[in-house]
Amino acid sequence: MSGDDAVVGTPPLLSIEGLRVFFRAAVRAPRKRWAAPSSLDAHGGRVGHSPALGALDTSRWQAVGGEQGVSLVVPENSTVALVGESGSGKSVTAMSILNLLPANAVREGRILFQGQDLVTAAPAALRAIRGRRIACVFQDPMSSLNPVLTIGRQLCEPLILHQGLSPRQALAQAEALLAEVRLSDPAQRLKRYPHQLSGGQQQRVMIAMAMACQPQLLIADEPTTALDVTVQREILALLARLKVQHRMSMLFISHDLGVVAEVADHVVVMRHGEVREHGPAAQVLRAPADAYTRALLACRTSLQSGAARLQTLDAVQPPAAPSPLPPDPEAPVVLAVQDLRQHYWVRRGLWGRTPFHALGGAAPGEGVSFALRRGGTLGVVGESGSGKTTLGMTLLRLPGRGAAPYEGQVLFKGRELRSLRHAELPAWRRQMQVVFQNPYASLNPRMSIRDALLEPMRLHRLHGGGIAEQEAHVRALLDKVGLATSALDKYPHEFSGGQRQRIAIARCLTLQPEVLVLDEAVSALDISVQAQVLNLLKDLQAELGLAYVFISHDLSVVRFMADEVMVMQGGRVVEQGPTGPIWASPSHPYSRQLLAAVPRLAV
Amino acid sequence: MTAQRPDPAGAWHRFAASRVNLSALAVVLFFAVLALAAGVVAPHWQREVAVANAPPGIVGPAPAPAPVGLAPGHPVSRLDISAVDPLAPLYDEWSRRAAAIHNEQPVLAATRPWGADREGRDVFAKAVQGTRVSIGVGVLSALLATLIGTLLGACAGFAGGWVDDALEWLYSVFTSVPGILLVFTFAALLTHKGSPVPKGVPTLILILGLVGWPGIYRLVRAEFLKHVGRDYVRAAEAMGAGPARRMFRHILPNTSHVVLVQLSGHVVGFIKSEVILSFLGLGVEVDEVSWGSMLAESQSELILGHWWQLAAATAMMAVFVTAFSFLTDGLRDALDPKLRGVA
Repeated sequence: MSGDDAVVGTPPLLSIEGLRVFFRAAVRAPRKRWAAPSSLDAHGGRVGHSPALGALDTSRWQAVGGEQGVSLVVPENSTVALVGESGSGKSVTAMSILNLLPANAVREGRILFQGQDLVTAAPAALRAIRGRRIACVFQDPMSSLNPVLTIGRQLCEPLILHQGLSPRQALAQAEALLAEVRLSDPAQRLKRYPHQLSGGQQQRVMIAMAMACQPQLLIADEPTTALDVTVQREILALLARLKVQHRMSMLFISHDLGVVAEVADHVVVMRHGEVREHGPAAQVLRAPADAYTRALLACRTSLQSGAARLQTLDAVQPPAAPSPLPPDPEAPVVLAVQDLRQHYWVRRGLWGRTPFHALGGAAPGEGVSFALRRGGTLGVVGESGSGKTTLGMTLLRLPGRGAAPYEGQVLFKGRELRSLRHAELPAWRRQMQVVFQNPYASLNPRMSIRDALLEPMRLHRLHGGGIAEQEAHVRALLDKVGLATSALDKYPHEFSGGQRQRIAIARCLTLQPEVLVLDEAVSALDISVQAQVLNLLKDLQAELGLAYVFISHDLSVVRFMADEVMVMQGGRVVEQGPTGPIWASPSHPYSRQLLAAVPRLAV
Repeated sequence: MTAQRPDPAGAWHRFAASRVNLSALAVVLFFAVLALAAGVVAPHWQREVAVANAPPGIVGPAPAPAPVGLAPGHPVSRLDISAVDPLAPLYDEWSRRAAAIHNEQPVLAATRPWGADREGRDVFAKAVQGTRVSIGVGVLSALLATLIGTLLGACAGFAGGWVDDALEWLYSVFTSVPGILLVFTFAALLTHKGSPVPKGVPTLILILGLVGWPGIYRLVRAEFLKHVGRDYVRAAEAMGAGPARRMFRHILPNTSHVVLVQLSGHVVGFIKSEVILSFLGLGVEVDEVSWGSMLAESQSELILGHWWQLAAATAMMAVFVTAFSFLTDGLRDALDPKLRGVA
C-alpha cells in the first residue's frame, strides 16, 4: 500500500506521516466522543479493548495509529475521504491536524502542511492556520452555532478579527458569503438567529463561515449526517462547487460509503485507529483489496435488491439464509388503522391555543390508513417533520404533552383503542412495544440490564411472577439477541450502540408483543452493526410472527425490511403500496425526489 | 445458583472503594453517636466546674489577678482597741464556733482540657451537648426540606399542566416573601398556645424545613422536566409502568445527584440558620446549648482574648460539615453507575 500514483507529480498540500495519538489516562473517564476504549468499540458482539487499542502503557492509551501510525496524503485540489465506523479514529485523526483534541491528547509523528510540521508548531502558529488556511465544518450545525447571536454577528466576527475588515465591510462580505452558499435573501438572513433556520440552512451558514478566509483545506467532519437526504444532496453539491471554484482541498470524514463515492477522489478506510486501505475512490470502492472494506461494502442495504439477509462483518461463512418467507396474505390483521389524525395544541398568548396538525389534515378523510398483518412489516418513510414519528407514538398512545385525542380509527385485533378502559391499558401495552432511535437514551442509565429486563415481567406478573422463571427467560432472550449473560450485571453505558439496541429489543420481547413499532431503530448505528440488528429483526419476525411498523428516513433500509411502504410528507401520506413496485417506479414526485437524492455507489 | 446473587458492583461496593468515603462515613457516624450519647458523655454541662474563662490545658492557668490593697512590706500598725471594744469578750467564742462550722467550697479548676466559659462551664461538655442540637436541627430540617422539595418538584415536573402551574404559584409565593419574614410567620404559627408541636428543637426543624424547600423544588422540577420526555421514560410507559413507578423508580434515581448535593448544602446552611434564629430568640431555649449559641457567646469573649469557645464550636462544625459533604459526594458518585471502575 504505497502512496497514490495520482499524487506523484504535484507536491501534497497536507501529508500525515506515521501519526499516532495517545490519550493520557485522566482521573475521570473523558466524556462522549473521546470516551474510554470500551465505549469506542462500537462493533456489536464484544465489549472491551480491541487489540489495536489495547494500551501496553497503563498511563495512556492509544486512540489512533497502531504500530506504524496513520499516514495519508491530501493533494492540492482534491477531496480525500476518511471512512470508518464509530471508534475507527477518523475524527481523532482529522482533529489532530489542527490539534483540536482534548488537553490530555498526545500526538506523535509528522503532519506536514505546506512543509510546516503542525505537530511541533507553536500554539500561536497553529492559531494563525486555524480558520484561515485550514477550516472546519462539523456534523451538528445547531450546536456549532451560538444560539443567542445573530447569523450576521457570527459571520462578521472572524472577518473583523482575522482580516481586519471594518464592521461595514465585514457585513457586505458576510452577505456575499451567504449568497455564495446559495442562501436565498442573504441580507435578511444575517439578522436571523440560528433557530430560525432549518438544519440545511444552518449547515450552509457553517460552510460560509469556514469559507470566510478562503482556506486551502476544508476539514468536513460528517457534514451531512444530521440532515435529510434531499438536503444532504444539496449540501454535497455545494461543497463540490466550492471546492472547484476556490481550488481548495477537502478532507471529508464520513461513515456513509454512498456519500463518499459521490464526493471523494481518494478514499482512506480506517478501522480501530489504523488505515486498512487507501487509494483512488473508484479503485477502493469497486475493487477493494482489504477484507474489511469488502465486508463494509457488502453489509450495506441496497435500494434495488430485496435480499433476505444482509452480510455482516464478522460472518466468515455466508449468512445462513432461511428461505425468505413471503408475507402470508391471509394472516390475521393485527392492526387496522382508518383515517388516523392527530393534532397538538400549541399555546398562543396567555389563554389561547391553536391546533397543530402533526398527522393528517384537519378534515376527515385526510388521515392515515393501513392494515398490518401478523408477520408483516409496514415501512414508513419521510424526512424530518413528515409526521412519521407522530404516527408511531399515536399508535402506541404515547402522543406526549399537548396532544389532543386522536381522530379516526385504530383497531388492534378488532378492538378500538379508544374503547379501552384505564384498567385495560397495561394489558394492551404488553402486546404493542416500541424500539426508539437513540439506544443511548432509551435505557435507564441507573438500571442494570437485569433490572431493565426483569421490570416489564414484574409489572405484568409474567411467568407466574416467579423470579427464577423470569430470570431464566431473560437469559434465553439475551441469548436470542446475541448477548452473553454476563451482560446482566452491567449498566447501559458499558455497551456499544448496537448492543444497547439489542438490549432494547430484548426488553420489548420480554413482554411477548405482537406488534413492534421501530422508530428509526437502526439509524444511529454503524453500517455493520445495522446489518446485524436488521438480520436479528428479520429472524425474530420469522420465528415469532411479529408485525413491525418500521419508521425510517433511510430508504434502502426500508426497502430491505418492509413489504409495504408509506411515503409521508408534511403529515400526509403521498404514496402507499408494496415496497418493490414503489421503489422501482414511484408515481408521486416527492417519492421520486426522495429516491433520487439517496447517494449510491455506482458499482 | 447465581440467580439470587446480589449485584456485585452495587452502590455500596463503589462507595467503599474509596478511603475518603469511608473516613467521611466514620466521622459522620461518630458525630451521630456523639449526638445520641450527649446525655451520657456530658450530662452536667451546666455545672460550674472551673474558674470563669478558664483557659484550655495547653495554654496553662491564667495568671492570678494582682492582689488588691496595700503592697506587701508596708508597715501595718495594729492598734489594740480591745480595752474599749464592747465585743471583745465575744471574739474567742465566735472564732471557736466558726471553727466548728464546716464550710466546703467546690474546688474550681484553673484549666480545663478545652477551656471554660464565662460561667465556668466546661467547653467540651457544651460542644458535645451542642452537637445534639445542631446536628439534629441541621440534618433533620435539611431532610425535611429535601423531602418536600423533591416530592413537589417531582409532581410539578412530571405531571405538568395545572399541577405544575399550581406548584409554581406556590413556589412564587414562598420566594416573594423575604426569608426572615417567612420564618417569623411560621414561628408565629407554630409557637402559639395550643400548638401541637413542642417548643424548642422540633419547632425549629419544622420552621427551617418549611422555609427551605423552594430552591430544591425548583431544581428537582427542572430535572424531571428534562427526563420526562426521554425515551427511557416513554419506553417504561410503553411497557405499562404507571406514573408513580416512572416518577420514583425511573426518573428519581437519575436526579439523585441534584438531590444529594442540595441535601448537603442545606445541612450546612441550616446549622448556620439555627445560629441566627437562636440569636433572634426563635431558636433553642435558654437552657439548651448549640454550636450556634456557643458562637453567639464567644462574640463578647473574643474581645477579652478568650478564644477557646469559638475554636471548639468552629472546629466541631468544620469537621462535621466537611465530612458530611464528602459523604454526600461519595454517595452521589457511588449511585452513578457510569463512574463505576473509574478511580
